[in-house]
Amino acid sequence: MYDAPYTERTTAVTDVKISARDVQVYYGDNHAIKDVNVDIQDKTVTAFIGPSGCGKSTFLRCLNRMNDTIDICRVLGKIELDGEDIYDKRVDPVQLRAKVGMVFQKPNPFPKSIYDNIAYGPRIHGLAKNKAELDEIVEKSLRRGAIWDEVKDRLSEPGTGLSGGQQQRLCIARAVATEPEVLLMDEPCSALDPIATAQVEELIDELRANFSVVIVTHSMQQAARVSQKTAFFHLGNLVEYGETGKIFTNPEDPRTESYITGRIG
Amino acid sequence: MTDASIPEGGKVTKSLVQLDARTRRRNAAEARFRAYGLTAIVIGFFFLITLMVAIVGNGVGAFRQSFITVEVFLDPAKLDKNGARDIEDIKKVSTFGYAPLIQNALLEAVQAAQPDTPIKKAGDTKQLISASALAAVRDHVIANPEEIGQTVEFRLLAASRVDGYLKGRVKREDVVRDKNINVEHLDAADALLAAGTLTRSFNPEFVLGADASESRAEQAGMGVSMLGSFYMMLVVLALSLPIGVAASIYLEEFAPKNWFTDLIEVNISNLAAVPSIVFGILGLSVFIQFGGLPQSAPLVGGLVLTLMTLPRIIIPARAALKAVPPSIRDAALGVGASRTQTVFHHVLPLAAPGILTGLIIGLGQALGETAPLLLIGMVGFVATNLPDGFFAGFMTPNSAMPAQIYEWAKRADPAFYERAWGGIIILLVFLLIMNFAAIVLRRKFERRW
Ligand SMILES: Nc1ncnc2c1ncn2[C@@H]1O[C@H](COP(=O)(O)OP(=O)(O)O)[C@@H](O)[C@H]1O
Ligand SMILES: [Mg+2]
Repeated sequence: MYDAPYTERTTAVTDVKISARDVQVYYGDNHAIKDVNVDIQDKTVTAFIGPSGCGKSTFLRCLNRMNDTIDICRVLGKIELDGEDIYDKRVDPVQLRAKVGMVFQKPNPFPKSIYDNIAYGPRIHGLAKNKAELDEIVEKSLRRGAIWDEVKDRLSEPGTGLSGGQQQRLCIARAVATEPEVLLMDEPCSALDPIATAQVEELIDELRANFSVVIVTHSMQQAARVSQKTAFFHLGNLVEYGETGKIFTNPEDPRTESYITGRIG
Repeated sequence: MTDASIPEGGKVTKSLVQLDARTRRRNAAEARFRAYGLTAIVIGFFFLITLMVAIVGNGVGAFRQSFITVEVFLDPAKLDKNGARDIEDIKKVSTFGYAPLIQNALLEAVQAAQPDTPIKKAGDTKQLISASALAAVRDHVIANPEEIGQTVEFRLLAASRVDGYLKGRVKREDVVRDKNINVEHLDAADALLAAGTLTRSFNPEFVLGADASESRAEQAGMGVSMLGSFYMMLVVLALSLPIGVAASIYLEEFAPKNWFTDLIEVNISNLAAVPSIVFGILGLSVFIQFGGLPQSAPLVGGLVLTLMTLPRIIIPARAALKAVPPSIRDAALGVGASRTQTVFHHVLPLAAPGILTGLIIGLGQALGETAPLLLIGMVGFVATNLPDGFFAGFMTPNSAMPAQIYEWAKRADPAFYERAWGGIIILLVFLLIMNFAAIVLRRKFERRW
């Protein structure tokens, strides 16, 4: 994927896409995210790593307000997308989620045709004026999902009939079909075999050209392979955030070092 | 693992070919359990077969009825004294005016079939024919007044006793104490049967006709009460489908989880277990006494059955919604669908087979429900008139199939007993059709997965 070793890698673009300030998340009395401050950059892959249960998914779900669907979940603090507070009362989470797409841990295509899986988002957001435009969006999205060649002859077959890796790429294609600006991925490869994982990782790197990608992963190798920025979470705290190369070679915090070297996690 | 004991030497030498005691015991337990299961199924099957044989054996007779074909001379001197063929004059002749004509025709038929019959008077033949025959002939004459003066062939219902005699229900020795028929009538019936004047055939009126008075078992049919059931099912479907589905969706997908929704949940489960007669008395006091709706109206019956059916629809509908994997909801919300869009575009279609099955089973239960209907006056003997139009059917006093069956079963004349069994066959056919529909719908919707 990269010619340069990750230690020498730097991000070219530095404008901030999402900025989080003093974010706290509570599940009832459980304080799951504590005082998190982070600036996520545009056209960059940012990886969230950390031991299981440290709040990576919880924080990721704050970024497109998927936590709203959990009754007991409370989010405090400020999260801005392009300078606008996404928890502002006037913000409709539905509009937000069209801008901030999400890919889940387990591939979850709709039990509909491959075509309808992709077309659903553009349809409900009115992105296509007619069938031809919709066809175009579907093709473009499937190409971006790096799955077009595999499914172009069977668009009317159910998406659930694909293999796990294909399903996940279909879900990525579905997420990019609504033309989001940010793509959130929660352990997108954890249900995939190594070959499918490699395909998805390659795809993530390509997506960086157009989107700001945030990926949660429990695999440090994966974070090292695909990301430019890495955030290390531990027990609800954001312990360290910086260039991927620096985090993996020269971490500042002893907890990060212990995790990287396999002593906690 | 815990029960594996390793012998002293440390080496296990047991042969795989030889079963050890523990395995033998386990296998025996399994074999015993299978035998219990099989026995249970066989017992269940035996009762099912017994039930089916009893129902069909007792009930098929109701679908066949005895008819007497006679040539009736429509005497103008009796039916149209003025000779003007004025329909108003003809209508003035009551059914009593027709009695002598029919009885004369019958006497001729009997004497032709059995020359030595002891029946000499025309009036003595009336025991052979259904009391409904008079009205049947009169209706025909009013519809075709130009036939007055001619001899017309009529196929008239035989009396219930004659029918019972041919079916073996009425025995010669019983007849001695029976005011409604004598032995000479039975002889005449035998002769008429031999002559082909008395015939037995399928009686569509049993399926399509109305209930009749206690003395005319041969005329009674299920048709009107079937219509009553139909109207009630329309009401139940039109109300419980939208209300039940909306309530389930709200409770399952939108309502916050707190003590209030918990309370609602518990109450829905309790309502499903409330005896149906309670809903009947509730309907009586709320819809009839308080709401002022008429008694015996299928609309009220439908409302009562809706109350009874709702919890029985909501519970499976909620289970079906709950069974839809949460990942589908996440997927839809993730691409920016609203909650309502998520429910209607994704969750509901996936839950539809379960919801529909619950709905049809709920409707089936409502179709077979009797007790609450008796309380609101939808008793069997009300089902005597067809409604004047489609919408009038909701308000016209009527009964329902199970109430009609109950009514027949408690009447004294054994001829009605046969009709009760016949009615059960019709009811079961409807239930089978509904269950079959449930299966078909389920299959159809399940292909979407
Ligand atoms: N839906 C939920 N309801 C209640 N607690 C939750 C829920 N989801 C996560 N948590 C809690 O929040 C904490 C962080 O969880 P999560 O974000 O899933 O961790 P990670 O993704 O890093 O493994 C855990 O303690 C977990 O128990
Ligand atoms: Mg997680």
